[in-house]
Amino acid sequence: MTEDRTVEDLLRTFAPQVLGLLVRRHGQFDRCEDAVQEALLAAATQWPGQGVPDNPRAWLLTVATRRLTDEWRSESARRDREVTVARREPAYAGVAPAADAEPAVPADDDTLMLLFLCCHPALPGSAQVALTLRAVGGLSTAQIARAHLVPEATMSQRIRRAKQRVEAAGARFTMPGPAERAERLGTVLRVLYLIFNEGYTASSGPDLRRAELTGEAIRLARILRGLLPDDGEVTGLLALMLLTDAHRAARVGSDGELVPLAEQDRSRWDAAAVAEGIALITEALTWSPPGPYQLQAAIAAVHAEASTAAETDWRQIVALYRLLARIAPNPMVTLNQAVAVAMVDGPRAGLALLTPLDADERTAGHHRLAAVRAHLLELAGEVGAAREAYLAAARGTTSRPEQRYLEVRAARLTGQP
Amino acid sequence: MLLIWNRPGFTEGLSEQDRTALFGEVDEIMKELTETGELIGGQALANPSQTLTVRLVDGNPEVLDGPFMESKEQFAGYLAVDCDSPQRAAEIAARWPDVRYGGAMEVRPIMDEAGTEM
Repeated sequence: MTEDRTVEDLLRTFAPQVLGLLVRRHGQFDRCEDAVQEALLAAATQWPGQGVPDNPRAWLLTVATRRLTDEWRSESARRDREVTVARREPAYAGVAPAADAEPAVPADDDTLMLLFLCCHPALPGSAQVALTLRAVGGLSTAQIARAHLVPEATMSQRIRRAKQRVEAAGARFTMPGPAERAERLGTVLRVLYLIFNEGYTASSGPDLRRAELTGEAIRLARILRGLLPDDGEVTGLLALMLLTDAHRAARVGSDGELVPLAEQDRSRWDAAAVAEGIALITEALTWSPPGPYQLQAAIAAVHAEASTAAETDWRQIVALYRLLARIAPNPMVTLNQAVAVAMVDGPRAGLALLTPLDADERTAGHHRLAAVRAHLLELAGEVGAAREAYLAAARGTTSRPEQRYLEVRAARLTGQP
Repeated sequence: MLLIWNRPGFTEGLSEQDRTALFGEVDEIMKELTETGELIGGQALANPSQTLTVRLVDGNPEVLDGPFMESKEQFAGYLAVDCDSPQRAAEIAARWPDVRYGGAMEVRPIMDEAGTEM
């Protein structure tokens, strides 16, 4: 079964399963995670030379368990209790467990619980992201640090503190009850989407390496969908990621400049990803009540179905945004809705939707608001005001590609190159 | 990015005790930021008397002695931090002891290469 898979694939598949099992058996997320990291390191150095063992998962489990046991033993008397517990696991003392020694709980459930644990509400968002990438994604601290453009020491501290906070919050490795489960799943989806966007918004130039994050988010979303095939929002999120990531090659020009959706060369969109995304969301909407991720995926699907921006079914997009604004009101939704409304009812109607956002502290003075207003003012033929708004947006962004794009837009309005 | 502006050599006028306390405070903040994982980096700059400035003189770039600005306060160094919000960055800056001695901390976001689809 292992011939055509790389060692890294194997490790990343089994890492969350092994960690999940260990944490369920012994608790102590922090130590189990360290032990699994050591086992992964051992595997990464030994397997390429010595060959992959017959049962890689059992191998990893054995090595990680041995590390845990060693550590407990070395702490001698203070840790008598844990040593006793660890010694009660003869199957993991040195040899791979027999097939019938497999745990009663399927590995899949451990992976799901691990995701819930990493997205624990006691953790700040940045820590949830880092911990998920490491514990469930099996990325090394160095890889995660590189992707976030921070030094490895910074990321290692962030992960260490996150693990301690999970421990301190007394997080039990058990499946949460139905109500809490739904809430936690919401956090898991948000974290995966955050990981995706961190990668997707940086798909050019020196930050190409952050594209790893996009691939990782999609991989994790696929795993999650495998675990929860009956959840429409999980499918919706996967579809949304696929449909968005399909733009990758077209969204950045040859000089690294941002190309807006309306001007992208759609023949460069990833056709396979588009097809899969459309199929997923179309199917999900037939049996699931529409949630925010499904609606955003549906909007992306409508865009993808048009062969040019001009042929887009804007009426359908407006209807979808209206629904989205009702079930998940959010000023960023209103911004996008305003663009769609402008395409159907004219720029004035779109601009009217923006007015309340000036009084909303989440968007007042935000460069995205200024950028959308600039675009609609330009459509309305108000050249001077549009130019001012583009420049205000350019001053407000901390993104270099966005700043360039906005400055070029402003310059075009004055006829300057 | 937290930019540190202060009066060069202001520590020379402090008592031994105050100076030790000041450096202790800086060490304390750096230690805390390392522990929280928020510290990305930082550097102190040498006294402005060590400065060379390149600027255009009669149409040609020339190398001159001394700092670019002749103001009382000079750019003394920086701290790069990775925080959750600009408010948190300002909170860190507010604790920097130079502020109490008439200096100023400028808190500015760093540009990055990420950009959302428009």
